[in-house]
Amino acid sequence: MLSYVTRRIVGAIPTMLIIITLAFFMMRIAPGGPFDSNHRLPPEIQHNIEAAYNLDKPVYQQFLMYLDRLMHGDFGPSYKNKDFTVTQLIEDGLPVSARLGLSAITLAILLGTALGVIAALNHNRPSDYGVMAIAMFGITIPTFVTAPLLTLIFGVYGITLFGFDLSLPVGGWNGGAMKNMILPVTVLALPQIAIISRLVRGSMIEVLNSNYVRTARAKGLPSHIVVVRHALRAAILPLVSYLGPAIAGLVTGSLIVEQIFGLPGIGRYFVQGALDRDYTLVMGVVIFYAMIILLLNLAADILYRILDPRVRFD
Amino acid sequence: MVMPATLSRNAQLIVRAQDIQGRSLWVDARRRLLKNRAAVASMIILAVIALLAVFAPWLSPYAYDTQDYSVISCSPAWWPDPNVMCNAGGAHWFGTDSIGRDIFVRTLYGARVSLAVGFVATFVSLLIGIAYGATAGFIGGKLDELMMRVVDVLYSLPFIFFVIILMVVFNRNFLLLFVAIGAVEWLTMARIVRGQTLSIKQKEFIEAARASGAGTFDIIRRHIIPNVMGPVIVYVTLTIPAVILAESFLSFLGLGIQEPLTSWGVLISEGANQMETAPWMLIFPALFMSVTLFCLNFIGDGLRDALDPKDR
Repeated sequence: MLSYVTRRIVGAIPTMLIIITLAFFMMRIAPGGPFDSNHRLPPEIQHNIEAAYNLDKPVYQQFLMYLDRLMHGDFGPSYKNKDFTVTQLIEDGLPVSARLGLSAITLAILLGTALGVIAALNHNRPSDYGVMAIAMFGITIPTFVTAPLLTLIFGVYGITLFGFDLSLPVGGWNGGAMKNMILPVTVLALPQIAIISRLVRGSMIEVLNSNYVRTARAKGLPSHIVVVRHALRAAILPLVSYLGPAIAGLVTGSLIVEQIFGLPGIGRYFVQGALDRDYTLVMGVVIFYAMIILLLNLAADILYRILDPRVRFD
Repeated sequence: MVMPATLSRNAQLIVRAQDIQGRSLWVDARRRLLKNRAAVASMIILAVIALLAVFAPWLSPYAYDTQDYSVISCSPAWWPDPNVMCNAGGAHWFGTDSIGRDIFVRTLYGARVSLAVGFVATFVSLLIGIAYGATAGFIGGKLDELMMRVVDVLYSLPFIFFVIILMVVFNRNFLLLFVAIGAVEWLTMARIVRGQTLSIKQKEFIEAARASGAGTFDIIRRHIIPNVMGPVIVYVTLTIPAVILAESFLSFLGLGIQEPLTSWGVLISEGANQMETAPWMLIFPALFMSVTLFCLNFIGDGLRDALDPKDR
């Protein structure tokens, strides 16, 4: 177990290095430096600014300096947000993005599993088809369509049902108030709910037809115990291995969701940084996200091996 | 066929056997596909959208980039109406945007870009994936291990971010957008092709080809690639919507196609900004895009069932 984890972490180092190198040199290929502006600065001043950011050194030296900084957890200064370091900006956005992402994945797992089980238990019956139709919608319709549409319905038009006002705020964080979270989390979770429910349905149908489930039923165990204790345990295994891709999907989804709902998370900094050509910020966020995705992938794999004793640590 | 009486009974049987049309895998698959109502309907709808996109310049009196400040943010209308300022000069079926451009013609032009990106980038990924996967799978051994290790590493990169960096660095180059997205999508293709190749190369007919002196390249081209086409075609139909999504995603963030050209992603993004006052700007492009994605997914599912009936 320990050796497996060590090997995986060691194996992730070259991947991280490739990511860092790619990100760094892609930025360097970019024509023009970050401080070339329309009104030309006097050469001395231009030179001083570039020297302050070490941009006058040879590229390989800059690369080594950047690596050295990264080792100390420092992503360097942001070029466009004056007086802010990239680390500060990431620290600023992280609580928002993390809360958003965690709520979405929790909702997706709970609701997705429930829908998948319902569909499997009613295999080839109307409720199965219903769930699968919803899943098809969730998979097909992209986040950047559902987000504005839901905003239009619940935010702009507002809906009153049985005397309850169901309208929701269309944007803003408001300190993470429940009301402000509902729409973004729903939008973020929808595609994952769809994929998870399909996944769970598929494996659940298979498990329900297996011999040990039939044995459990034949022993006269009540249906809910068979389903929950015997079938579901085996059926959610594929879900665990899907967690890695799910998290990557949530990260890209959060770019859109934070942009549309105006949430001050990391994703919005990234998009803004990309539009502003704030190279250090873009690079910092890419590296940070890559690290998160790699780590969570590792966590998902370890969890899978703990849950499924048939998979050995080798 | 009329049998000459002089032929022996055996010869007659042979002649008769030649008359019977063999049903190849592809004929079977086509029959199964055409029985799938969702897939057939999807193909028809998709064809209509594609035709609309191709003939867009002739379908509307408006140009996609003409700004007309007398018809700003007009709501959709079917018929011209001289009493209404918006429709005095002609009806705008899907309404107009905030600088008076016709949404109908812009949606169709968006379809041109989105569909073009979808097909071209998928084709790029197909070429790379097949060449890479077939080579790795057929040659095998150390080279296979190395090549697949590279794919594994690339898999763990958050690619959409690199596409975003590319678009930032190279200033939204249209051609690069095709290549960048295609280069992201070839990985799964390569894996599928390699897996198929590995199983096919053990078969007797490859041994026969080898025994009759065919070279490695010829075997890959003539025998391996035709036999891996089934799963590849299925994956292609599922890659196209993924690519369309990726392009729209970038365009939505403001990093894709540039004005005055447009794509569904751009239109949806503009629509999302204006939805309080002009919801039609959001609804029509979103509808077109969703329907297209649905159709492609249904066709993909249908093809999978048709080519691989044991998975039904």
